[in-house]
Amino acid sequence: MSSLAILSVDWQTLADAVGLGSIYALMAVGIGLVFGVLRLVNFAYGQLVMAGAYALAFASERGWPVGVGIALCFGVVLVLSLLMDRLVFRPLRAHSPAVMLVATFAVAFLLQSIALLWFGPLGKISASLASLNQPVTISGIDIRKIAIVATGLTVLCLVLLVVLLGRTNVGLHMRAAAMDFSTAQLLGVRAGRVIGAAVLISGVLAAIVAVMLTVQTPLVTPDFALRDTILVLAGVVLGGMNSLVPATLGGFAIGFASGLLGGALPTDKSQYLPSFLFAAVILVLLIRPGGLFTREGQRAVERV
Amino acid sequence: MRRIDPVVQLLAPVAVIAATALVGTIVSSSTETYVVNALVNVSIVVALYLFIGNSGVLSFGHISFVAVGAWTAGVLSMPVDEKPAIMPNLAGFLTDHTVGNIPSLALAAAVGGIYAFFVGLPLMRLSGLAAGIATFGVLEITHNVLRYWEKIGPGLNTFSAVPETTGLLQAALGAVLAVAVAFAYRRSRFGRLLSATREDVAAARAVGVSVYRQRLIAFVLSGALAGFAGGLYVHLLPLNTESVYLNLTFLTLAMLVIGGATSLWGAVVGAIAVSAVDSFLAEAENGIRVFGWSLDLPAGTRIVVVGALMALVLILRPAGLTGGRELSLRGAGARRLLTKFAR
Repeated sequence: MSSLAILSVDWQTLADAVGLGSIYALMAVGIGLVFGVLRLVNFAYGQLVMAGAYALAFASERGWPVGVGIALCFGVVLVLSLLMDRLVFRPLRAHSPAVMLVATFAVAFLLQSIALLWFGPLGKISASLASLNQPVTISGIDIRKIAIVATGLTVLCLVLLVVLLGRTNVGLHMRAAAMDFSTAQLLGVRAGRVIGAAVLISGVLAAIVAVMLTVQTPLVTPDFALRDTILVLAGVVLGGMNSLVPATLGGFAIGFASGLLGGALPTDKSQYLPSFLFAAVILVLLIRPGGLFTREGQRAVERV
Repeated sequence: MRRIDPVVQLLAPVAVIAATALVGTIVSSSTETYVVNALVNVSIVVALYLFIGNSGVLSFGHISFVAVGAWTAGVLSMPVDEKPAIMPNLAGFLTDHTVGNIPSLALAAAVGGIYAFFVGLPLMRLSGLAAGIATFGVLEITHNVLRYWEKIGPGLNTFSAVPETTGLLQAALGAVLAVAVAFAYRRSRFGRLLSATREDVAAARAVGVSVYRQRLIAFVLSGALAGFAGGLYVHLLPLNTESVYLNLTFLTLAMLVIGGATSLWGAVVGAIAVSAVDSFLAEAENGIRVFGWSLDLPAGTRIVVVGALMALVLILRPAGLTGGRELSLRGAGARRLLTKFAR
């Protein structure tokens, strides 16, 4: 097995890191899309993923076929994201980003506790896609299938999204709304439709993330995806909130760093991994508060 | 009227604290624990108010100052002969020394303040979402380090054997002290300058206010109060790293938001009201009888109810139950409009 000399990282760790980075990048897109239109940071995004994971575990426990499980996962996540939009986002639309962040923080805890009430603290196993954890051997290097699937699926989603945002009418409207919501509205962009589309796409991405994360961690507990969301949020702010590409890159970067350091550091150091990651995030925020991957003079649209 | 308003603004929260403490003296000893806990919550929420309420900047990181204060007071006040069992890897100096209750609280406040100073020094440059995420990062780092660094505390173990000196009296006096500090700060030059920056950053800058310096002063003061509250907390219950982490962050933020983040009155009312609801539900999770009805709620109901309350308050009454105003004897005519934080 060949290795990267500097960090003594083997290719397997590298592939896993790319896989994790891809999953985080998708979450970052999901959070970034809604932020673009609504200026709302959805702290409860991870709980959408959690709900999807429970749907998968539910189907897997009953021995339903994989396809049915995935369909159920999509159904649950989409219904929940539409409900979240209707019940929480819509009444909060006029408030400051800070208030909305606190509100979605509350929603996250609410959903997590509902899962705790409903399914108990012990967790459920989602095993139907466990075969994706098997390695394949490519020129002498073992790489887990999920790392390949996650990377491929993410690239596919991002390409589709680029096409959707760049080549379709609704995509044009969404970009216009992200740039300046009220002007876009004056020019005939229908607010409800744009927000609905953003919420739906973000929900679809959450469902895909749920499928891939349950392969990575088959044990679904009420705090499933909570840690990931915190990291992705940090990554999104790190990359730059005001447009999708920096946010996605930020999400990828933090997932990649997390996967790489987690695999490369010895155990007595890797327990401090969250500290390293967040220290790095804070450092970047101090040096470039507008985001790491944004151009100069292009700052997030928010005050205080 | 104008002259007695400040008196009312200080005395009303103190009266609520005193009334809560009095309720604590007449109830059963198991309920008394909840009352003491509520009073400690008042101290934490007042510390949160001092920074968040006056500056309008969100902080998810204050529970790390509570944690640091709890660690300081807990490690220093545990009897020397108990230390090796609970904290086998503790640094030598800490193993040999033990201080009493009051010095441990003072040290908790000092360490909380110093930690907040070093955290705030870089972080107070940020605002809005960046500040929210960065302070969250501080919470994660603090939790992570306290959890695994066994030279400075019990690590994964629980702080058992810390003298349980936080009874009704100490908790009530602590809460009154926190309220007094927050009140004095709010009425001081610094408090007025900071709330000016909250109302309009540009205007405050234009008249020469250093937003950074004012925020830092409030951050350090509120970090010290949070550390002090952490000291009270560790003398009340055997804590571990999980007790001063996400759930407490959520609960105390909910208290502040539900009460009304921009007033001291709101912070105290929110802390007591939500603590009352939370304690009642905690009891109900163990099964109680209410007016002849037997009530047995499943574990986890507390957070569902508090979370729903918080979301509802934010949606229906974003300035909180008190409207973010101090209690005033004057009528609606003098009511100030919602502040920027609530908008």
